[in-house]
Amino acid sequence: MTTFLKSRLLWLSLPALLIAALGPWWLSAYYLGVLTMAYFYGVFAMSWDLLFGYAGMVNFGPTFLIGLGAYGAALLNNYAGMPIIVCLLFGGFMSIIGGILLALPALKLRGAYFGLVTLVAVLLLQYVIVIFSAYTGGEIGMMTPDILSINASVNYEYALWFMVACAVLLVVLSRSSLGLILEATGQDPIAAAALGFNVAKHRLAAFCVSALLSGLAGGMMVFYSGTASVGTVIDISIGVQIIIAAVLGGRRTILGAMVGAIVILLADELLRPLGQLNIFVVSGITLAVIILFPSGLLGLFNRTKEGA
Amino acid sequence: MVAVQILIDGFVISALYGLGAIGFTLIFGVTGVLNLAHGSIMVIAALVGWYAANQFGLNPYAAAGVGILAGMISAFVTYFVVIRPIQQSRTIPSNETEIFILTATLLWGVMIQEGLAYLFSNNPVTMKPLLPGVTSIFGVRTPINEIMIGVLCWVVIGLLWLVVYRTKIGKPLLAASENPRALGLLGFEMSRIYLFSWAIYGILAGVAGVLLASFLGVSSASAGSLTASAFSIVVLGGLGSVWGSLIAAYVVGYLETITAYLISPQLRPIPALIVLVLVVYLRPQGILGRR
Repeated sequence: MTTFLKSRLLWLSLPALLIAALGPWWLSAYYLGVLTMAYFYGVFAMSWDLLFGYAGMVNFGPTFLIGLGAYGAALLNNYAGMPIIVCLLFGGFMSIIGGILLALPALKLRGAYFGLVTLVAVLLLQYVIVIFSAYTGGEIGMMTPDILSINASVNYEYALWFMVACAVLLVVLSRSSLGLILEATGQDPIAAAALGFNVAKHRLAAFCVSALLSGLAGGMMVFYSGTASVGTVIDISIGVQIIIAAVLGGRRTILGAMVGAIVILLADELLRPLGQLNIFVVSGITLAVIILFPSGLLGLFNRTKEGA
Repeated sequence: MVAVQILIDGFVISALYGLGAIGFTLIFGVTGVLNLAHGSIMVIAALVGWYAANQFGLNPYAAAGVGILAGMISAFVTYFVVIRPIQQSRTIPSNETEIFILTATLLWGVMIQEGLAYLFSNNPVTMKPLLPGVTSIFGVRTPINEIMIGVLCWVVIGLLWLVVYRTKIGKPLLAASENPRALGLLGFEMSRIYLFSWAIYGILAGVAGVLLASFLGVSSASAGSLTASAFSIVVLGGLGSVWGSLIAAYVVGYLETITAYLISPQLRPIPALIVLVLVVYLRPQGILGRR
């Protein structure tokens, strides 16, 4: 704890958090909206980093977990009229079930095989939603009767503090024995098992945590925008954006993924004049970062600090 | 009637799937790279070929040639710009190379797709048929072009077999997929073998892209689903196994065609996806995979 109090991380993040928390006083409503979305993406990217960065699992389907949470919450709100908090918890529960479903193959499969299963999971979920369009609204999406708040500042604070809570939880987890064991299983599962660690149990736990947070964030995003649609919570391109964010920020850092998500969503806005070339430029920059600085933006920052 | 139709359409679709997947499995077998930009390279070949035909009035064969050349060039660019820097990077630990190549080729594929959407828009384009006209097979009206595409796919697959099993420059590819280190010890220049396999890969992806554009039409938006289908066929057949990929291509192709004709075109890909998940759960090495 004392090392944590002395750590640079704390003294850098507290002022940043203060500036962010005061956002509604110095940001335009437009940028409040952009950042609100960025904070939800931050949670997606951080939960993805727990699986990819620490457990070494190539999960191409973060939107499978997000989509289950989002649609679970929206369906309950629409058909049972439950209050938002109950719907969110139900969505999170659905995501955990989805996470366990995905984790089952992950206990046996490695690398590309697992990646493919996650990709197929997203496609199947997308088809299920389109097939049952009578209940889910299909490709057009589904409106929810309730929303978080009509006040942009209130929504912004909800998203910010939710992200901060997730960040604290994930950083603590990743620095606990769970994080270390996950890292060991990611790098050499056989060696980790030989040391007496229960690989299956730890992977399952990582999946549950990642799924719960992704699902809650997905549900909150639905109640923020008032609709759940395939294009905003399930589409493969959303998954790609989450992967870009986490890799750009720096894998195996948790906070890097959060920074990456905010950078990506702000870059999307700033590069809007480029029109269609927007995504081209962002993915090009990320590719360059991967090849030249594999540890990402945060890794770069840490290294220059240590060098100085 | 419908049965004959399913037989013919399924045969051609499966042959195209097989050709598309065979390049993917070859480059994995020889160089160990899972190229998630695969679909994007197919689309480059198709769109460049289409553009050449429209802009310069080339005949379908010359346009196809231009498209295949574009596929080969983009395969080389992929190798030199994306793959080689990662393989030779000193900062990326060697046990994480695979993960880095997966993410890097994914991003590269997205870049190509967005770049093509910018240049050519994402409207689907169809290349002129290689052979015009319609014929009748057991009472089913079939475009001659469709038959031609099915035959061409198998001719290219046959040529590949000849190159890999019967020529002096091709045999090292086979050896490299078995044991690259031994091949290096025998004095073969590995970098030359890699270059050669990327050239073959580019041609295969190019031919598949051009033929697909001539049969079904292609747009920049199809890149992702083309990669996904090649990836699933290759995993279904067993990573690195060429025969497995061909069998899997026919399983997927016929499953999709039967679903589309007998149940609903909307559900077309679903049974194949479910079979894929089941196979991966029950027999992770695929139909003919080795592990």
